[in-house]
Amino acid sequence: MTDTAPDRAGPEATYAAFLEEGRFMIQKAKSTGEYVFYPRVVTPSGATDLEWVEAKGTGTLYAITVNRSRQGAWNVALVDLDEGVRMMSTLPGVETAEIGAKLRARIETGEDGPRVVFDLAEGGAA
Amino acid sequence: MSGQAKDLRGKAAIVGMATAGIGEAHGFSAMELLGQAAIAAVRDAGLELPDVDGVFAATSSHAFPTMSVVEYLGLRPRFFDSTNVGGSSFEMHLLQATMALDAGLCDVALVCYGSNQRTAGGKLVSMSEPQWHETPYKPRHPITAYGLAASRHMAEYGTTREDLAEVALAARGWANLNPEAFARGPLTKEEVLGARMISDPLTKSDCCLVTDGAAAVVLTRADRAKDHHEAPVYVMGVGAANYHRSIVEMPDLTTTAAVDSGNRAFEMAGARREDMDVVMLYDAFTINTLLFLEDLGFCPKGEGGRFVQDGRIAPGGELAVNTNGGGLSCVHPGMYGLFLIAEAVTQLRGAGGERQIADATMALCHGNGGTLSSQCTAILSTEAAL
Repeated sequence: MTDTAPDRAGPEATYAAFLEEGRFMIQKAKSTGEYVFYPRVVTPSGATDLEWVEAKGTGTLYAITVNRSRQGAWNVALVDLDEGVRMMSTLPGVETAEIGAKLRARIETGEDGPRVVFDLAEGGAA
Repeated sequence: MSGQAKDLRGKAAIVGMATAGIGEAHGFSAMELLGQAAIAAVRDAGLELPDVDGVFAATSSHAFPTMSVVEYLGLRPRFFDSTNVGGSSFEMHLLQATMALDAGLCDVALVCYGSNQRTAGGKLVSMSEPQWHETPYKPRHPITAYGLAASRHMAEYGTTREDLAEVALAARGWANLNPEAFARGPLTKEEVLGARMISDPLTKSDCCLVTDGAAAVVLTRADRAKDHHEAPVYVMGVGAANYHRSIVEMPDLTTTAAVDSGNRAFEMAGARREDMDVVMLYDAFTINTLLFLEDLGFCPKGEGGRFVQDGRIAPGGELAVNTNGGGLSCVHPGMYGLFLIAEAVTQLRGAGGERQIADATMALCHGNGGTLSSQCTAILSTEAAL
């Protein structure tokens, strides 16, 4: 799905505004078909004709660590989206997970605002 | 193209070196420690502070490091450079200083660093800004990034926590031969494996120290190096490579840009891996040592964990790695890169005491900055390999 509305601001603020609306949107270059994340003004190959598209919301766990402190433990993950881009995220439902596991995105709204997090996909063990 | 990188081979030499305040330096500020190291390095070169006309510095606590250094030491440089690529800054400064000296933009180059982060607060001091796309997930950099890299290396190559422990044990083995090292004493594999987990799979024992410390080196053009020190240490090659800032943007977490920085340095130096008598690798975390051994070509990709078995990089082993005890057991005052160079100079001068590598003529110093981001490799040698 293509969002044709003009950007209201720069890519960082636009991404955040979409999240506020409950939408996980990423950028794609019309000319090259490349996706890019985190949101910015150019793709790795130099394309600048970027449009916002709905992320499929599916991905694979690339790397994961569990931060442990007196404040508790939380995992920090790198997730490869099926579109071919990587993002930092977390898997709030589990302590950790196997690298290679299939994941599904959802938007979680906490005290710091909305963020994209991931759950293990059904039958998605690595 | 008027010049080539290899034209800079051997054009400059380190003729002065000093460290100060390694470990704990109660009651001293970062600049006071830096000043002590700088003064001692300049005198080691048979020079005085007013002779310095090139200044190179990066610190964890100054927005404008060269301005602060120049003012504090009363210098009047005509060339200065504050390139900040994290811990690798000082390997880059060797290259900048060599270029500036070769171009006649300065005659005496001072590269310096100082930090009191241990006694000032006991925590890593960093001016590193958060990355907006990471912030919602509360990473605790740098360790989160290195934990992620270690997790991927384990999944892809079967590297184990025991392999990482070998790196920590080897570092301690070297530190026990270095009276200046901060963490000395016996250390067992059980202690390393049983240490508190901080960012899986990295425990406290997989992390570098938080110490105070300062270091400085002085360089001149090679043709006048002998006037300043009987054993100049020549800058044979320096290579750099950098492709990301955030760990999210690192293309492959198991392969760093050290592949490219290393190849560039070896090419400029006209040297081979097997020529290296001392290998100084930026070991902020145990995984670094494995990654850099692989990426710099000392073992195949993925084999780092197996390569370090049986004390191969420990004292008496086949490859002398981090002979001062490294960031893991000797010194790590926030930015460690200049201490790699200080140890290489010590070894190439034959001044390593109990830890001296016999007939050391070539040393590699590999600096790492950010989250496996900036990679700078420097190859140094004695006159014998010039």
